[in-house]
Amino acid sequence: MVEHTVAATNAIVTLDVPIPQVIWGWMITLNMWAKSIGTGVILVGAYLLARYNDKVGDQVRLWMPIISFIFLNIFLLFTLLDLHQPFRMWHIFAYPHFTSAITVGAWMATVFTGIVFILCVIAIKKYLLKKECKLEKYYDPLLKIAVVLAIPVTLYTATIMGEATARELWQTPTELAQMLLAALLCGSAVFLLLGGKWSYEVKRDLAIILGSSAFLSFVLYMGEYYFGHMKAEEVAAILAYVKEGGVYHVMFWAGQWLAFIIPMVLVYFSLKSRSSSLLYLASVSAIIGLYIAKHVWLIIPQLLPLS
Amino acid sequence: MKLGFLVDLNLCMGCKGCEVACKVENKVPLHSWRLRVKYVDVGVYPETRRTYTPLRCNHCEDAPCERICPVSALHYLENGIVNIDRERCIGCAGCMMACPYGAIYMDPETNTADKCTYCAHRIASEMMPACVVACPVEANIFGDLDDPTSHISRYIMEHQKNGGVKVRKPEKNTHPKHFYVGGGEVQLNPLAAKREEGYNLFNKITHLDHIGGH
Repeated sequence: MVEHTVAATNAIVTLDVPIPQVIWGWMITLNMWAKSIGTGVILVGAYLLARYNDKVGDQVRLWMPIISFIFLNIFLLFTLLDLHQPFRMWHIFAYPHFTSAITVGAWMATVFTGIVFILCVIAIKKYLLKKECKLEKYYDPLLKIAVVLAIPVTLYTATIMGEATARELWQTPTELAQMLLAALLCGSAVFLLLGGKWSYEVKRDLAIILGSSAFLSFVLYMGEYYFGHMKAEEVAAILAYVKEGGVYHVMFWAGQWLAFIIPMVLVYFSLKSRSSSLLYLASVSAIIGLYIAKHVWLIIPQLLPLS
Repeated sequence: MKLGFLVDLNLCMGCKGCEVACKVENKVPLHSWRLRVKYVDVGVYPETRRTYTPLRCNHCEDAPCERICPVSALHYLENGIVNIDRERCIGCAGCMMACPYGAIYMDPETNTADKCTYCAHRIASEMMPACVVACPVEANIFGDLDDPTSHISRYIMEHQKNGGVKVRKPEKNTHPKHFYVGGGEVQLNPLAAKREEGYNLFNKITHLDHIGGH
C-alpha cells in the first residue's frame, strides 16, 4: 500500500495551456492513401507488362498511367491543401532544404508525376487515334524510369515520419516496409478490380501479391501492437489509444480487418476454389481498409502530450 | 558564441510573469504560446506540493525542426539560436510534428509556424529576452555557453554535481541548449504526470482541436 503514496507516482497536471492535438489529419491520410495507389499501379502494372504483356498489355498500358496520374493528383492536391500557406508551395523549389524528406519527396513526386503524365498522353493518344503515336517509342524507357522512381516516391513519407522525432511510434524501417506493402496492396487491388475478363493466371498472381502484402502488413502492425509497448514508454502510451478501452480501439481493428484480414481470407478461399469473384470484394475491402488503418496510425502519436 | 538558457526550478514560483512578458513582447496571438508555465501537483493529500515548469523552445544543437523544414524557414543563427523566417514558412507543420518538446505552434493570424526565438530581435540590440527581464526571482538565466565566465556557465558548473542540471528528453539526442536546475521527472517528462480532463485550475480546455487558421 505504501508504494501508492510515493509522490513521484502521484503527479497530475493542474494548470497548463490547451495543447495542440491532431496536427496532421485526414488530408495527410488521404495523401498517403492516394500515393499508395498512384505508385502501386505503376509497380504492379510494370510486373504485369513484364509477365503477361501478350494477355493484358493493351489494357495495362492504357489504364496504368491514367489511374496513377489521377491518384497522384489527388495526392498532390491534398498535400497542397494541407499547407497553411498553399500559395507558397513554390518555396520548396526555390528554397529547397535537402535534409528534409518533405523537400526530397516533393521533388521526386513532381518528376514522377511528370513522367506519368507523358505516359498518360502517349497511352490516351494511341487509344483515341487507334494508331501508333510518335512518342510510343518513349513509353517503355519512361516506364522503366517511372518504376525506379515509384519506389522512393512511395517510400519517402516513411522518412518524413522517421524525421518526426517527436513521434516515437513511427520508426523508419517499419514505415518503409509498410509504405511499400501499401503500394503493392493497392496496385494489385486496383488491377483486380479492372481486370474483369483477364485469365485466371493473371488474377492468381495479383491475388498472391494482394494476399501476401496484406499478410506482411498485418504482421508488422501486430508486431507493434503486441510488442511495441515493451521497448519505450512513449510507444506504450501511444499504443494505449488502440488497445482495449482506447479511443481508437474500434477504428484500429476495423482498419486491420478490412485492409488485411478480410482480403487475406478471401484471397485464400479464392485461390483454393480457383474462383476470382471473391477477389473483387477483397480488393474493395483492402482499399477502404487501408485508408482507415493508415489514418489511425497517423493520428494516435499526435494524441500524446509532448511537454 | 552559443546562447543558452537555464531555469532554476527551485526559484520559480509559477507567477507566469515570463509567460505574459513573452506574449506582449512577441505579440503572440490567443490560444498560442511561445513560453508557458506548467503546474504539476505531486503527492497524496495532505502531503502534496505544487511544481512549476516554464517550457519553451530548447534551441537544440541538432534540432529536428530545422532538419525537417523543407524550405529552411527554421534556421540557425550564428549565436546558436534556432530562428524562424515567417515569410519563408509554407505552413506544412512538419516542424510541429518533429519537435519532441511541443514548442512550435501554428500562428492562427499568419498561418505560419512560430516559436520562441530567445527574443532574437532583442538580443540583436544587446538586450535580454523579455522573460528574463520579467522574472521577479531571477529564475531565468540566459547567456553565452561558450564563455566560461558568463553567469549561465558558472551556474551550470556550480549545480552540475549529482546530476543537478538537466535537459528535457536527452534520449532524443537533440542536444538542447535549455537547461533546468532542480527539475525532477514529473516536471521534465510529460508522461510522468497524469493529464486528466476536468482537473485543470481555471480552465477546462485541455486540447486545441483546431490548429492555425486552417
